[in-house]
Amino acid sequence: MTRNLPSRIAFYALVAVIVLFAVFPFYYAIVTSFSTGTALFQVSYWPKVFDLANYKAVLGSRNFPRSILNSVFIAGCTVGFALFLAVTASYALARVRFRGRGLLLMTILAVSMFPQIAVLAGLFELVRFLGIFNTPWAMILSYTIFTLPFTVWVLTTFMRDLPVEIEEAAIVDGANPWVIITRVFLPLLWPALVTTGLLAFIGAWNEFLFALTFTSSESMRTVPVAIALLTGASQQEIPWGPILAASVIVTVPLIVLVLIFQRKIVAGLTAGGVKG
Amino acid sequence: MTDLTLGRAAGPSLKQRRQRAAFWFLAPMLIALFCVAAWPLLRTIWFSMTDASLSSMYEAEWIGFDNYLSVRTLSSGRVVFRGTLVDPHWWNAVWNTVRFALISVGFETAFGLIVALVMNAEFKGRGLVRAAILIPWAIPTIVSAKMWGWMLNDQFGIINDILLGVGLIDQKIAWTASVDTAMTAVLIVDIWKTTPFMALLILAGLQMVPRDIYEAARLDGVHPVKVFFRITLPLIKPALMVAVIFRMLDALRIFDLVYVLTPNSAATKTMSVISRENMIDFDKFAYGAAQSTLLFAIIAVFVSLYIWLGRVDLSGDSQR
Repeated sequence: MTRNLPSRIAFYALVAVIVLFAVFPFYYAIVTSFSTGTALFQVSYWPKVFDLANYKAVLGSRNFPRSILNSVFIAGCTVGFALFLAVTASYALARVRFRGRGLLLMTILAVSMFPQIAVLAGLFELVRFLGIFNTPWAMILSYTIFTLPFTVWVLTTFMRDLPVEIEEAAIVDGANPWVIITRVFLPLLWPALVTTGLLAFIGAWNEFLFALTFTSSESMRTVPVAIALLTGASQQEIPWGPILAASVIVTVPLIVLVLIFQRKIVAGLTAGGVKG
Repeated sequence: MTDLTLGRAAGPSLKQRRQRAAFWFLAPMLIALFCVAAWPLLRTIWFSMTDASLSSMYEAEWIGFDNYLSVRTLSSGRVVFRGTLVDPHWWNAVWNTVRFALISVGFETAFGLIVALVMNAEFKGRGLVRAAILIPWAIPTIVSAKMWGWMLNDQFGIINDILLGVGLIDQKIAWTASVDTAMTAVLIVDIWKTTPFMALLILAGLQMVPRDIYEAARLDGVHPVKVFFRITLPLIKPALMVAVIFRMLDALRIFDLVYVLTPNSAATKTMSVISRENMIDFDKFAYGAAQSTLLFAIIAVFVSLYIWLGRVDLSGDSQR
């Protein structure tokens, strides 16, 4: 850090600008969500009114609470499913030498880069064939395409870095691979599981394209679809108050989680890409 | 892999047992990925060569490449071209997507570098900055789109209020509705939302540069700008390349932000948006499938070129 005063002031000004840009839009959404009537349509930089009417409208509506439950259920199942499949697979990928391992890892990475639209037609057919159109299972199935490669990739990098000795000791004691995973690695993997689970949860919670395409009735919508398609009494009038209140409701828990786990999340986000 | 071990009477060695276990551990994941990725992709490509519609998926007939391009000579001798490759809406979407991807990733890389350099310095309140920049990343895209849609609102939006206040504009702009500004609006929101991700990836690269190098450069009196271009940038280039490729792929397939922020605007419609529109809304299922297949092909070519030209080491094997 340079020591002379003007450049320090310039530096802190830059820091202030970054923080302001990052935080202001959400701050403004919160401020707006507490105002109703004419106050909503007057630009105010500071909270002037504190009116819970928008929140009551959203939480009292027939379908929005249902959407929250749908999203929680779908994201929860997606994470559980992805972690279960990923733990065993990444053990094999990180710890066992076999031919084609590098190629397999590259393929898994390639799947995570798939444009989701490219599988939409085929998945649409599959979802209808399985009879799960307009049910949560359509989303749980389709979200596997982006949560599974990601969890496998990150857990593999985490597992690679665990010391060889503990595994060798277990092998000497006669443990089979299943015992090694569940008794030796799983306790060590908890931090990694929490991180990847959280990142997968956020991914599933925020997904829009599949949720929009694979649901048809309002009661089956997930939170992003519900917010995107929230309409007012008339077609012309956009209900900004309830939209922003709903946005705040579904975003605050995410932000709290992210801030609590921020160190782990940053580690998890970068584990995928920057190792090389 | 398994049959290698079956012939041995003395029982498989430890290595073979481990490889066999590895196969069974990998199998469920591979089956799952096949069901949700490989199979639907193949079906999409197959549908793109049929005349399938939403209601008659199974009665679809094979029509070859007609959804992509068909040439017919009418009895009058006039030659008629049809298909996606001569569809002006498609080329408009391609142009929108490419423009969006290049501009957004360019800005995100530049801003991401600045934010990462700031966060790499040691100063009071560094934790606060990191917490702050994680917020745009954590906000769902749909929520960002709605939030910014409100801020960019022509009548009541705060952006117009600020710009009018400082005198940058003299009348209110309909950011998301006007053809001239719709793409700018999408770019603003995307850059705001994804710069943090870029910054974190670049920061991880920066933190692997040994501090002694900077110390030595400082003692030799090298100008900080020169240090950045001659030392920092070359050293973080691998991390930067990976970050750029990840973002580029994300940008090329963008759907949700455009769909929600600027619905039905020809100025912003991307390849993903137009494919889904044809597939689901216009009941031209096969035609949309052809467009999404083209998008997949474009992305695949782009990735191969990028990896080949940049010699990007994605697997991280050379490090170990």
